[in-house]
Amino acid sequence: MSALNHKLLRDLWRIKGQAGAIALVVAVGVLLLVMMSGMISSLEETRRTYYERYRLADVFAPVVRAPQNILDRLAEIPGVDAVEGRIQGSALVEIAGQDLPVRAQVVSLPPWREARLNGVYLADGRMPQAGRTEEVLVLKSFAGAHGLGLGDHLSATMYGNRRAFRIVGIAQAPEFLFTTAPGEFVPDAARFAVLWMNQDALEAAYDLKGAFNEALLSLERGARVEPVLAAADALLDRYGGLGAYGLADQMSNRFLSEEIKGLRTTSAAVPPIFMGVAAFLLYIVVSRMVQAEREQIGLIKAFGYTDWEVSMHYFKLVVSIAVFGAALGCAGGVWSGRLLAGVYQSIYHFPFLVFRVEPSAFVSGVSVSVLAAMAGGLFVLRQVFALTPAVAMRPPAPADYSRTGAMHQSLKRWLDQPSRMVLRRVLRNPGRIFGAVLGIAAGMGLSSAQMSVMSGFNDALSQTFDVIDRSDVTVTFFEQMPEKTAFALKHVPGVIEVEPTRAVGAVLRHGTNSYRGGVTGLVADARLNRAVDADQAEIAMPDDGIVLATALADILKVEPGDTVTIEVLEGRRPVLEMPVARIADTMLGAPAFVRMDVLNRAMNEPGRISGAYLRVDSEQYPGLFAALKQVPSVAGVTRKSDARAAMKKLMDTGAGTMRFVMAAIAGIITFGIVYNSARISFGEQSRDLASLRVMGFTQGEASFILLGELAIVVFLAIPLGVGVGYGLSFLVAEGFSTDIYQIPTAFRPDAYGAAGAAVVVAAVISGWLVKRDIQKVDLVATLKTRE
Amino acid sequence: MVEDAELSGQTTFTTRGLTKVYGTGPAAVHALRGVDLDIPRGEIVVLLGPSGSGKSTLLNIIGGLDRATDGEAFFEDQNLSQMNDRALTLYRRDHVGFVFQFYNLMPSLTARENVELVTEIAENPMDVEQALRLVGLGERMDHFPAQMSGGEQQRVAIARAIAKNPTVLFCDEPTGALDSTTGRAVLHVINDINRELGATVMIVTHAAATAQMAHRVIHFADGAIRAVEENDHRVSPDEIAW
Repeated sequence: MSALNHKLLRDLWRIKGQAGAIALVVAVGVLLLVMMSGMISSLEETRRTYYERYRLADVFAPVVRAPQNILDRLAEIPGVDAVEGRIQGSALVEIAGQDLPVRAQVVSLPPWREARLNGVYLADGRMPQAGRTEEVLVLKSFAGAHGLGLGDHLSATMYGNRRAFRIVGIAQAPEFLFTTAPGEFVPDAARFAVLWMNQDALEAAYDLKGAFNEALLSLERGARVEPVLAAADALLDRYGGLGAYGLADQMSNRFLSEEIKGLRTTSAAVPPIFMGVAAFLLYIVVSRMVQAEREQIGLIKAFGYTDWEVSMHYFKLVVSIAVFGAALGCAGGVWSGRLLAGVYQSIYHFPFLVFRVEPSAFVSGVSVSVLAAMAGGLFVLRQVFALTPAVAMRPPAPADYSRTGAMHQSLKRWLDQPSRMVLRRVLRNPGRIFGAVLGIAAGMGLSSAQMSVMSGFNDALSQTFDVIDRSDVTVTFFEQMPEKTAFALKHVPGVIEVEPTRAVGAVLRHGTNSYRGGVTGLVADARLNRAVDADQAEIAMPDDGIVLATALADILKVEPGDTVTIEVLEGRRPVLEMPVARIADTMLGAPAFVRMDVLNRAMNEPGRISGAYLRVDSEQYPGLFAALKQVPSVAGVTRKSDARAAMKKLMDTGAGTMRFVMAAIAGIITFGIVYNSARISFGEQSRDLASLRVMGFTQGEASFILLGELAIVVFLAIPLGVGVGYGLSFLVAEGFSTDIYQIPTAFRPDAYGAAGAAVVVAAVISGWLVKRDIQKVDLVATLKTRE
Repeated sequence: MVEDAELSGQTTFTTRGLTKVYGTGPAAVHALRGVDLDIPRGEIVVLLGPSGSGKSTLLNIIGGLDRATDGEAFFEDQNLSQMNDRALTLYRRDHVGFVFQFYNLMPSLTARENVELVTEIAENPMDVEQALRLVGLGERMDHFPAQMSGGEQQRVAIARAIAKNPTVLFCDEPTGALDSTTGRAVLHVINDINRELGATVMIVTHAAATAQMAHRVIHFADGAIRAVEENDHRVSPDEIAW
């Protein structure tokens, strides 16, 4: 090994604390990069394989009732590869020991053959035998949540008919990766079931002999979706087509896509901050090193080493730190990626999810860190080149502070000499101070933005469940019922108040923008479920016009006064034109509200309702649910507290860890910057500190000079960090917000407090580490050596 | 034990059996081997000797920068050997002025402010401008170290050391980094301070000629005092052959 390389190793060892802090910053950046890009590719690859292997359809075309022979016509649509017709519908499942019936989706399996599209992955057991109408497959997560196994029995009410079933298989399917009860947004394995059963069983239950109510189409490679949707709609129209939609709009797939999109945004935005901070740190550390080693550099050059050879020495130092950090980050990325995959698997029901990192992610992680390090190193090279042997061998002149002197007259009365020293150093190195302030502010901003978005979720929760929805239980019916059904519910023991509602599926359009959702009809003076504006004040339903949620207004790009087209997907399927009356503030979903009687009149179905909100006496829940189960028209019963608990659980699963990770991020960046700045300032001022000690300043007084500078940096960084965080929180909220949920952005003191506290703690720890060094200074040796 | 007579105000420093060992075992280096010394008040004392003979070690111990391994060192009637860090810090703050070969000025403070650094914490400081005039820098008080020559910087260092009205002034190679003219000027300042303030001055130097201005010259070798000479024919720094 060459002598310079020996020096390299020893230098690295000597600055191990600083090098370690920088490597840590690099490592966290690479860790996030590797973990997130690995997670993205794992999710995408797993999804692709799963969809492909189980032949997930590209187009879903729900219809009221279409004869089997229409399938051949659908197959003739140009671009269509395969077609399958099936029956699917909703059911209420009863399990022994559960007072509340569970909502379920039932799906038919073709007799005697495998489904051409939307196959089923059998995790355990077997497929139902042809002709055995009592045999069912049950979704694995649901079975798991209730401890159901092969051979167990359950009963399901479909269309008012209650029937008993026996479980013969436990299954999963790519179309049910992410399952929520209708109208809910958060998965709760226990409260939503999927049952697969033989087609003849469902034909009987839904009175669809020889017919289907959902066509599935797969497309040829390269075929466009839109023309196929149009052709399918045209074909199915006379059979009560409810509007075909592509895989992109399929609920489960859309949730997963939004998740991947969020990951992608974060993975593009966060690691660069770490790399920027690492580059800055390497620059200041190595630049200080070159200054301190100017004599050695001069000497080495005097021996005949070229500028390049000397520069390469420092370059290697920088790159070694980066590579070490990157290696650490890659290993950490794989490790944390595996943990994250576990979390994903608990939310998305993949039969398998192997966290795998593409080699390219490692390559880009390492090269990005090396590039960042080289960017930091490049400025240092200039200094090395500039040193001629003769100049380098002369002691440096005292640092020139004369330009900072101008201000001192006015401040003189206020500042003692140590404070002036601190202030002048800050004024003399504004670039370095600014870099440090900016770096800490970026780290703090990043974490406070993420944390404030997480408290935004909590706000969404409380707005949704406390302000908008004040009911206790929501009941939905299989089909629209006369209004008196709702009033019949009033007589169920335990029910205090009933508020009917009418919801219809619809496609809303404005210009070229459209949204497949629904319209909810609310009673004129709604009390249990309302629309509220941004100030959370109730919006009275107008006589004419529709009230849109902010998210929906954004999607359709409409403002109050514009007119939207509503293609209702039920009943006689009218196409309505309605002016937008108000914009409602909703954080979950993208609903549209119309006064119920206005909606019913437009539908030409006066006095019809599809569900009801109930306020109930919580002590009478068991009897209430038993009674509701007996009402044949009831398709679903949701207890608000369950929906809320599921949502809270989902948020808490990630939130606790996330909060910790985010505080750690702010802490690590701050520690990296403060510790390195302190070490450097200590290196530059060790003589001054020793002089002060010799003159009779105490350790505390001497430390003030060093730590005062850091205090100023932290003091400036925290308010800036709040500003950066506030700005970033809009971007992060926007990145996370979808039509599924919107995250409100507001100033959240708790988030900034936590991030600021992490900064202060990290600063105090680094200050303490450096103060320990001050105590170890050999006064005499320092003062008697030439700098 | 030290006799009371020796503490009667005639001596500034008294040491008995002062020993300093760096390291342990076979690697141990004996920097001082039982030094007994009495330094009378108000004298200029020059310590001469080759590198590693122990003269700086002695200065550091009686200056409160270092501790002896064994033996005792007294400043007037205070036993320095028994002082903790805090007490040594106060001792330096109140009584001791240091001048080093490499000035050790704060580059971020002007000449005046470098001196104020000391007067702000001293018990009985002199006027800052007076201190700077004493070293002949009345005109350049508001210059930063970077704007001064080496000699000027050293004079600021001396002004800073004397501004607290120190009882003792320690100079470790004060002229080591200076040319002969500047060096002489610096010695002149030191001489004046001894005369005008009555401070005891201890100078460690390689430059044997400096001894000509001393009241007393102590020769060091191998960690022990080889000889102590009293100089009856002191010459002014101007006349010192460099």
